[in-house]
Amino acid sequence: MQKAKEKIMHALFLICACVSILAVVVICVYLFGTGIPAMADVGFFKFLFGTEWRPAVDSWGIFPMIIGSILVTGIAILIGVPIGVLCAVFMSFYCPKKLYKFVKPAINLLAGIPSIVYGFFGVMVLVPFIRNVFGGSGKSLLTAGILLGIMILPTIIKTTEASLNAVPTSYYEGSLALGATHERSVFFAALPAAKSGILAAIILGIGRAIGETMAVVMVAGNQAILPESITSGVRTLTSNVILEMGYADEHKQSILVATAVVLFVFILIINLCFSVLKRRKD
Amino acid sequence: MEKVVEMKKVEQNQPENYINKVTFRDKLREYKKHPKSLVIMILVMLSAVFAVGILLFLMIYILANGIPHLTAEQFEWKYTPENQSMMPAIINTLTMTVLTLLIAVPVGIFAAVYLVEYAKRGNKLVKIIRVTTETLSGIPSIVYGLFGFLLFNMQLGWQYAMLGGIITLAIMILPLIIRTTEEALLAVPDSYREGSYGLGAGKMRTVFRIILPAAIPGIMSGVILAIGRIVGESAALIYTSGTFRSTPSGIWDSSATLTVHMYVQSNEGLHVNQAFASGVILLALTFLINLASDLIERHIQKKKG
Repeated sequence: MQKAKEKIMHALFLICACVSILAVVVICVYLFGTGIPAMADVGFFKFLFGTEWRPAVDSWGIFPMIIGSILVTGIAILIGVPIGVLCAVFMSFYCPKKLYKFVKPAINLLAGIPSIVYGFFGVMVLVPFIRNVFGGSGKSLLTAGILLGIMILPTIIKTTEASLNAVPTSYYEGSLALGATHERSVFFAALPAAKSGILAAIILGIGRAIGETMAVVMVAGNQAILPESITSGVRTLTSNVILEMGYADEHKQSILVATAVVLFVFILIINLCFSVLKRRKD
Repeated sequence: MEKVVEMKKVEQNQPENYINKVTFRDKLREYKKHPKSLVIMILVMLSAVFAVGILLFLMIYILANGIPHLTAEQFEWKYTPENQSMMPAIINTLTMTVLTLLIAVPVGIFAAVYLVEYAKRGNKLVKIIRVTTETLSGIPSIVYGLFGFLLFNMQLGWQYAMLGGIITLAIMILPLIIRTTEEALLAVPDSYREGSYGLGAGKMRTVFRIILPAAIPGIMSGVILAIGRIVGESAALIYTSGTFRSTPSGIWDSSATLTVHMYVQSNEGLHVNQAFASGVILLALTFLINLASDLIERHIQKKKG
């Protein structure tokens, strides 16, 4: 009796453990099963590199969205990474203990704020600001990039701080003992030792930025054309899905799933980079 | 890092020890000699001020504009276009959170138990499970939303139903629960297991009576993180559980959570003040969730040390 119970529980644990495998398989089957045929229908090349997205005339090129996603993510990284890394340096090498008790929860809170609140904040504050400074509508590549840069800050700060804290103190102390200043010791002895951690932080940040939907859709302008300048509106892969899903017939739905497949492939590549990096560290 | 903290303590306890003390004037002199260091120091400070400042600005901005618009009519039981009540959305958020956790937490905990307590080392299956959970945790929420829409709303013909959103979210938070539970289980000392087996308990009894109770704080911190993700999620929900918000709804009805409610409000552009008010409630929820997770974290640290 007891033995049977043990066996049943063992099986139950095993089944639960396999749920995540099942989930990934089902998600892949649905996405690729719907997306790939749709892509083939349009023509892979035409779909991926076509610059014209005009559902009305059956023209489905998502190249502007791919570029949009990459550009927005790029700007977010340009803004988020330097500030995030320096802030992590502050927390791990400069911050007095009393202040740390305030800064650490603040960063956690920044990580917990829902993206819709960020988006709303972007619409109310960032968009008018950009409009006043650069002209145009204010909803632009730059606006979305800045907002995403802020949103990925906590990810970058937390990961970088953890890897900085893992660097042996002797690196820093040794450098100080050789007569280097505090800054020199931090930036030339401790920071290089945390390189792989910082790289991991950047990859995580890219993943977060490229997958973000709600905040971007609210501030990016969403024109499905290749952006001419940094202040023109863009549409990302994620916004394309959320914008057009609402009133899509079955054919268009499958095209949107194909858009998500492209996004999914991007994410898989990013995940792969991350796990390769992690394995190298171990 | 530990060492640095220790050293600082020693310094504080022995004020007469001046040898390694750097006064403010020493620092100034050093920065005069190394102007580049000064520039870097200023950049570091500015970044920290920016990160914390942006949080303070965002919070104060939302609170200052939102609190004056938190009126009684926004908490009326039924939503109408006039009162813009967020009560149905709040209740939907609560039901959704509870039901999602009911699905994801047991499955996640059991999966972690299998990975930590049952699986043999070097098991191929474990590797596959690791890879798939990592993949799941990297998928953007809009992709989850699209998948949920395809499977539940279209294939199974549920239309916009809360249940579709719940299952989508449950899959989404599963990796989080598995990972945190795994960490909590690994932190339980082996002597607990050995003691239990030594007294003649079976594996199942050891897991449920000894190991899981000891891991509860760690598991709880994972659950709270998951609550934060559920409350803050919107992209995965708009096309699964939908945007209907007139009354608190059952699991087969379309139902907007608070984030979706706020999205619709700010998208229409007609109810900006009420959107601010929804933002205040969302910020308050985020704050509470973070507070709870801080308390548990502190509890765990205390136990450790």
